[in-house]
Amino acid sequence: MEITPDHIVLFQWNGFHLNATIAYTWAVMALLVALSWLATRGIRLEGPRSRWQNVMEAVVLAIRGQVREVSGGAGGDGCLPFIGALFLFIAVSNELHAVPGWHAPTGSLSTTAALALCVAFSVPIYGIRKAGLKHYLSHYLSPVFFMFPIHMISEISRTIALAVRLFGNIMSGSMVVALLLVIAPLFFPVLIQALDLIIGLIQAYIFAILAMVYIAAAVRNEDETQPEQSS
Amino acid sequence: MDSTTWIGIVSICASAICMAIGAIAPALGEAKAIQQALSSIAQQPDEAGAISRTLFIGLAMIESIAIYCLVISIILIFANPFWSHAIAKPGG
Repeated sequence: MEITPDHIVLFQWNGFHLNATIAYTWAVMALLVALSWLATRGIRLEGPRSRWQNVMEAVVLAIRGQVREVSGGAGGDGCLPFIGALFLFIAVSNELHAVPGWHAPTGSLSTTAALALCVAFSVPIYGIRKAGLKHYLSHYLSPVFFMFPIHMISEISRTIALAVRLFGNIMSGSMVVALLLVIAPLFFPVLIQALDLIIGLIQAYIFAILAMVYIAAAVRNEDETQPEQSS
Repeated sequence: MDSTTWIGIVSICASAICMAIGAIAPALGEAKAIQQALSSIAQQPDEAGAISRTLFIGLAMIESIAIYCLVISIILIFANPFWSHAIAKPGG
């Protein structure tokens, strides 16, 4: 039994392996890009709007509302593209689980580790952009200098937790369906798959919100240590 | 019994114990968190949005512990490294 789509090789050429994870990631990317291109083709501020534009505006406004609630104000709008991309990618790849033969790329530890690394690196980037390199690095040494290893452990462990949480939820979902198909086919797997769709959406939400919480915490640290910069 | 059988027995028992104990503690923790959140929402319905968002984040944190146990159990059963090692070695 496959516990990760990494082992499913779809295409092989001169030692180059195209596995299912990469192929389905490309599929999600192509779908998102095509939908956004279609929606923003006839975009306009005045007059009647197309249906596509309305849908996209609703999605963007909903994500921006959540980001603003977590970051406490419009200060978090700088990371809206990043958080929105994370959420949309994870949500679409999880929800396409309803398509037969689909292997969610988020069911592979490689994809989720890559996403978690993106979050881990974007936290210092946003922190440094807000308050400068020196002030950001100084918060690693607060309240006393020997807390530095604790800070590092917390950063590493929360990155691993982000990756393993998403991977574990999605992988266990598809695995439970596969097991139930053997034990009780026909009806129960459908119910579990419906539950998987909810879980996939909730996990996408949680991943995006946790990324936002980490970034907001890094940015807020700078506000506390540097009150004159926040004004 | 040879080593392959022992590895199989120990892996299955270990994954069962890991899943059983690893599900109890997060279940108690989540129950406590949801109980507190519900009573808070009952007292202050205006803050329901903030409370439920924090609740979701906290539940995700708690649940990830159970997920770690699940991942370890699944690895022990379906992708056991010790088992593969023992099978690959000639003569068990």
